[in-house]
Amino acid sequence: MALLEIENIHTYYGHIHALKGVSLDVDKGEIVTLIGANGAGKSTMLKTTSGLLRPRQGSIHLEGEDLTCYRPHQIVAKGVVQVPEGRRIFGRLTVRENLEMGAFAIPDAGLIQSNLERVYNLFPRLRERQKQVGGTLSGGEQQMLATGRALMANPSVLLMDEPSMGLAPVLVDIIFDTIRQLHADGTTILLVEQNARMALQVASRGYVLQSGTVVLSDSAENLRRNEMVRQAYLGES
Amino acid sequence: MRQALKVGLIGGIVAVLLSLIGMVEAFSQRDIIARVISMGHTLLVIVALFMGYLAAKRTPGKGSLRVLANSFISGLIVGGLVSLLVIVGSLINLRKVFVNAMPVLYELLTFKQGTQIGVFLLLGAGALSGALAGLFFLSPKLLRRVLLISLGSIVSVGVLQDLLRPTFALWGPLAIINEWLFTANGLTIRGAIGLFIMITAASLFWSTKGETIQTGFRNLPTAPQRILKITGILALVFILLILPQVLGLFLSEVFTIVGLYVLLGLGLNIVVGYAGLLDLGYVAFFAIGSYTIAILTSPELGFFSLTFWEALPFVIVMGVISGVLLGTPVLKMRGDYLAIATLGFGEIIRILVLSDFLRPWLGGAQGIGKIPKASILGYEFAGPQQIYYLILAGCLLVIFISLRLRDSRLGRAWMAVREDEDVAQAMGINLVATKLLAFATGAGFSALSGAIFASKLGSVYPHSFNVMISINIVCVIIVGGMGSIPGVIVGAIALVGLPELLREFAEYRLFVYGAALVAMMLLRPEGLWPEAVHRREFHEEKENQAESESPLKLKSG
Repeated sequence: MALLEIENIHTYYGHIHALKGVSLDVDKGEIVTLIGANGAGKSTMLKTTSGLLRPRQGSIHLEGEDLTCYRPHQIVAKGVVQVPEGRRIFGRLTVRENLEMGAFAIPDAGLIQSNLERVYNLFPRLRERQKQVGGTLSGGEQQMLATGRALMANPSVLLMDEPSMGLAPVLVDIIFDTIRQLHADGTTILLVEQNARMALQVASRGYVLQSGTVVLSDSAENLRRNEMVRQAYLGES
Repeated sequence: MRQALKVGLIGGIVAVLLSLIGMVEAFSQRDIIARVISMGHTLLVIVALFMGYLAAKRTPGKGSLRVLANSFISGLIVGGLVSLLVIVGSLINLRKVFVNAMPVLYELLTFKQGTQIGVFLLLGAGALSGALAGLFFLSPKLLRRVLLISLGSIVSVGVLQDLLRPTFALWGPLAIINEWLFTANGLTIRGAIGLFIMITAASLFWSTKGETIQTGFRNLPTAPQRILKITGILALVFILLILPQVLGLFLSEVFTIVGLYVLLGLGLNIVVGYAGLLDLGYVAFFAIGSYTIAILTSPELGFFSLTFWEALPFVIVMGVISGVLLGTPVLKMRGDYLAIATLGFGEIIRILVLSDFLRPWLGGAQGIGKIPKASILGYEFAGPQQIYYLILAGCLLVIFISLRLRDSRLGRAWMAVREDEDVAQAMGINLVATKLLAFATGAGFSALSGAIFASKLGSVYPHSFNVMISINIVCVIIVGGMGSIPGVIVGAIALVGLPELLREFAEYRLFVYGAALVAMMLLRPEGLWPEAVHRREFHEEKENQAESESPLKLKSG
């Protein structure tokens, strides 16, 4: 049984049918990527998983427990944590305060401290800047902070929404390096990306989303070779 | 040169405006220094000085002659525009449009010397003020600070003379100060000079030695430092306790009004400052608190006849319930929409208590009277001097709760919601509970304030609860500094206390209020006493060290 099992999810924005029966699953310790064009429903899928949107149909199981009846803050406590699109760090709080806010769902002070150490070890840059105000960090540092903040909640599944968005190519490389490192540490990641090339390099499996339905699902390697994926998402002919 | 012209023109227009709306004339009835300078003239001089300073500051380059020339010119232009007003006024009757453009005004503006000589005097006074401001700009920092403090205090003492005089008179030995310092209208010349020298000396001492004292204090071992701190707090408490006895009836009344606004402000501070939910209908909870205590205690209605203390728990509970009731429908609203919806809620409550339909229960337009005073063991909180203690106790309690809440888990949840609602939710914060608790806590504080207000007045009327109160409280918080507890107190003193003290200029109260708000937003947008997080936003550059390093370095980091 997979860690996260998403089955036949239908999500609506008012009358707009955004997700038309998406099913996917993520095994423990693996990176699964969801690729697709703008408006395909990638972010909608993540928001539905984290409870910010309610599906009209379908189920989302984490270790066998249905999440669709829970509210967002309860889902975070269950261990499904999202790194929001566009980073959305608390611009007026310091780096440290941002990280502490991420551990809001954790009652144990000792665990918070050890999580903080873990994040600082993963991103030494954040330790250097722990007293700096979040809004003054560079884009790459902000992405590190947003990721670190999510890690503070001890996620069993990390949902990452477009971590490479708006970053310089050099920084994109760094962000994907840290994703690899997280993977090596055993973190389970569901990664939504427009940058399909990078995403398929780090992921073990991938799903291709088109207008709210999964049109293709395979191992990352096969997807990289797939003719349709190469033309539409990797820009090769 | 262009800057000097621009600044001068703005200053001139301000000065003419102040004259035409009658402010100069009204203020001239009071002398700052007896028979030397009146408040009206002070007002104009301050405009000229400020513009001269601004012109000096905006002068490009460093040449002190140029700075002086610019401030001189801008002062001259201020004087020139006022002269123009005098000349035009002497030729044409402006009173058809500006009712205040009376001969008295021109006499004041020309120093009673007639139009021709007066105009020259005016030009000279303007230019002199401008040049003085330029000199002030060029003088060393220490001198500037000391001068500003001592001149400012003389003006303040002059403005507040009607309060200080009777207060000193209450105390036998202090009465001598009155004779030395004040005449029937304005300071004596010797008093002003003496005061100037004293304050200059004091501020000089503090400016030069203050830092040594402060570091000396910090270098003390913890034990004596704590003793000193505790002594300070005890002294403050002692002062707060004897204040109404020292200050007399009128000032105590002012303090009770300020105190009620502090209570209201602290409540709204939780909603707006902590949780970032802009609530413009906050007066509703004040009204609910007042009316609950009225219904429960007033024999006039005859439903219940509880005492103040018996009714108080119900008041708080009613406040909290109504906070939740308002909060529930607006949970999903943000920013402007929330503000408008809550504004509507405030009006609904006012209209409800005013309605004929509810008259048998709420008294309609006539309100509810005969609300008994609160009393403990036979000590009745009757007049302002007694109610002061009730309000003081309420404020201290609410400050304590606010401080504890700010540092609590809930306080952090509020902060996260204020900074970014969606992300707060993604951090595992229960948005619904967090927001409702903010509304409920704020409403509870406001209801407490309302209960004290009702028992202070002895009656409640619908018209006491109009939208201006909500707006006043929001202003108190903005001026004081969002989310800051000392800020609320400072804001309430500045926006509620000062206008109460300067009642005779009530006509210009709202005008000054608006001008102060605009000035605040331009000069100190974070508030008078800002809270740390907000201070950061406006002074980022100071804390922002090595910002733009090459991204390649990130990799090694």
